[in-house]
Amino acid sequence: MILYIKLAWRNVWRSKKRTWITASSIAFSVFFACLMQSSQLGSYENMIDNSARFFTGHLGIHQVDFWEDQIIDNSFDQQALFELDLTNPSILMGVPRLSSFALASHGDRTKGAALFGVSLEEEAAFSYLERKLIEGDYNTESGVLMAAGLAANLNLNVGDTLVLMGQGYHGVNAAGKYTVTGILKFPIPALNQGAIYLPLETLQELLSAPNMISSYSILLEDSQDTEGMKAHIETILKGKELGVMTWQEMLPDLVSSIELDYYGGWVILIILYVVIGFGIFGTFLMMIKERTYELGILNAIGMTKRRVQIMVAIEIFLLIFLGVLMGVLMATPIILYFWSNPILLSGDAALAMEKFGYEPIIPFALNFKIFYNQGISIFVIALFLAIYPMLAIKQLKIIKALKE
Amino acid sequence: MKVIELKNLSKIYNPETIPVRAINDVTLSVKEGEFTAIVGPSGCGKTTLLNMIGGLDISSEGSVDIGGVSINEMSESELTAFRLQHIGFVFQAYNLIPVLTAKENIEFIMVLQNIDAKTMQERSDDLLDRMGIRNQRDRRPSELSGGQQQRVAVARALAARPKFVLADEPTANLDSGSTEALLDIMAKLNKEEKITFIFSTHDQRVIDRAKRIIKLVDGEIVSDEQP
Ligand SMILES: Nc1ncnc2c1ncn2[C@@H]1O[C@H](COP(=O)(O)OP(=O)(O)OP(=O)(O)O)[C@@H](O)[C@H]1O
Ligand SMILES: [Mg+2]
Repeated sequence: MILYIKLAWRNVWRSKKRTWITASSIAFSVFFACLMQSSQLGSYENMIDNSARFFTGHLGIHQVDFWEDQIIDNSFDQQALFELDLTNPSILMGVPRLSSFALASHGDRTKGAALFGVSLEEEAAFSYLERKLIEGDYNTESGVLMAAGLAANLNLNVGDTLVLMGQGYHGVNAAGKYTVTGILKFPIPALNQGAIYLPLETLQELLSAPNMISSYSILLEDSQDTEGMKAHIETILKGKELGVMTWQEMLPDLVSSIELDYYGGWVILIILYVVIGFGIFGTFLMMIKERTYELGILNAIGMTKRRVQIMVAIEIFLLIFLGVLMGVLMATPIILYFWSNPILLSGDAALAMEKFGYEPIIPFALNFKIFYNQGISIFVIALFLAIYPMLAIKQLKIIKALKE
Repeated sequence: MKVIELKNLSKIYNPETIPVRAINDVTLSVKEGEFTAIVGPSGCGKTTLLNMIGGLDISSEGSVDIGGVSINEMSESELTAFRLQHIGFVFQAYNLIPVLTAKENIEFIMVLQNIDAKTMQERSDDLLDRMGIRNQRDRRPSELSGGQQQRVAVARALAARPKFVLADEPTANLDSGSTEALLDIMAKLNKEEKITFIFSTHDQRVIDRAKRIIKLVDGEIVSDEQP
């Protein structure tokens, strides 16, 4: 075996130029593919994280009818949750939220607004809400925090008074006057144009719904581990009028746009790999054509075709491995860099991203799966292309080979 | 003892299209310790005959027995294994694996035979000495002269301890000095160690050294002499 590896290794370096060209083309495609997938997966993680933190949680507990009909009457008493033990190593944290809609007015301007009653302290850790504050104070006893876009539309500033009007629990009229204590700026346009955050008790009071919440949002260690945890929580919730949903169930559009983008990315990669595949095949072709005489000699003096095949297979493996390794080594520092310093978009690109409701940044994911995916893809292609040299060896005729 | 026995051996190339009868009804036996030359004009069938004796090609008619074993019915992989254990080969040129050194080339065949490292070491050192190429042991074929390369090839053929060594025009690419040196070594191995050599050649100086000369014309034996 050592001899095979020695032979194969030296054979790989026989035509240095060809080896470098082949390995470099593999390295380039692995490099490109890793960067592309890293930015894709990074964006997905970012979108999932944003959506989960601001809206749904990775898991959400609601009254059973809430998701179908998101009205205040389908909220539930948070007391029901206090009785349960939701601690689990996979669960990072959970927050209660009460949401509703209302008309917000100031002076002669009126706009529809989404109201979020939250525990400001917990929310600071869950959705990093405090980081969105651009003006005023975050901690407020009975005031409201307004999204910057909505505040501008209503011509509101910190210290101004806002009137909220809507429908409370079981059809009760809800109306109140609140002081704007802070302005929040969101990267996501939907939030920035319509969100108002209030302390949970303040909103419960406005809606005449003491102790009621519409959701309890849970953040998991791993955003993909939702099914298992869902089942776990379902057993805990047994007998209650409560249900648990995963972010995938609550955000089907996000799931399908991620899938579309991911498979779209693979289409690009497959095209790239087909091109690279031709190059690899050319090398394999030369590896055999140039050496027919030599392979004939090996077979003649008593090296079985099986052994010749093993030798060439090891050569192929070494060549591919070299290329993949180079690609991974090139991609790793760049991914590491962009992973800790996401690319911030500006100008038209940023506007376009915001228009679609995304943060205008390109985060990179640091995930072993990326390297694994590309490495496996290249090896599968090489394995497929290696059929040719293996068959050529099998069909080798000594006397013909020796005449070359 | 007979090491090679050919009975009514024929080889027809392209039997379906334009048949060429390269070997025609050859019956021949070679005993242990012979130093035999197959001679004849270009195209008379020397290579074809040696290829069939060596199990590199199969006959169209007749039989080939090596050391009492018929190789006619062997499968391709059985034949390869048989060649490895029983037949040494020296070809006209480019016999060696380019990426291995002289010593590694000699040891290569013993690795294929699964010979233990100690025996391998001893044999290769001994062969390098006897071939007079000890100082070239760590050179690759491209760094050796044609004559040195052929001596390494003979050493490799012998390392496997074959029943006999087949050499198809081993001196065709050598100058007269190298030809002499190679023949000296082959003759010495034959004389002192009773190693059987069967080689083909055009070269009168080589023919002069042979102890038995088999002449082929148009695939048939026209003379078989022991001068
Ligand atoms: N693969 C083949 N297909 C058809 N004819 C062949 C083939 N190989 C050899 N021949 C023919 O068989 C005959 C014998 O060829 P062979 O190579 O055995 O001659 P040789 O004595 O070795 O010649 P040389 O001295 O030139 O090496 C020649 O007429 C040759 O043209
Ligand atoms: Mg010939």
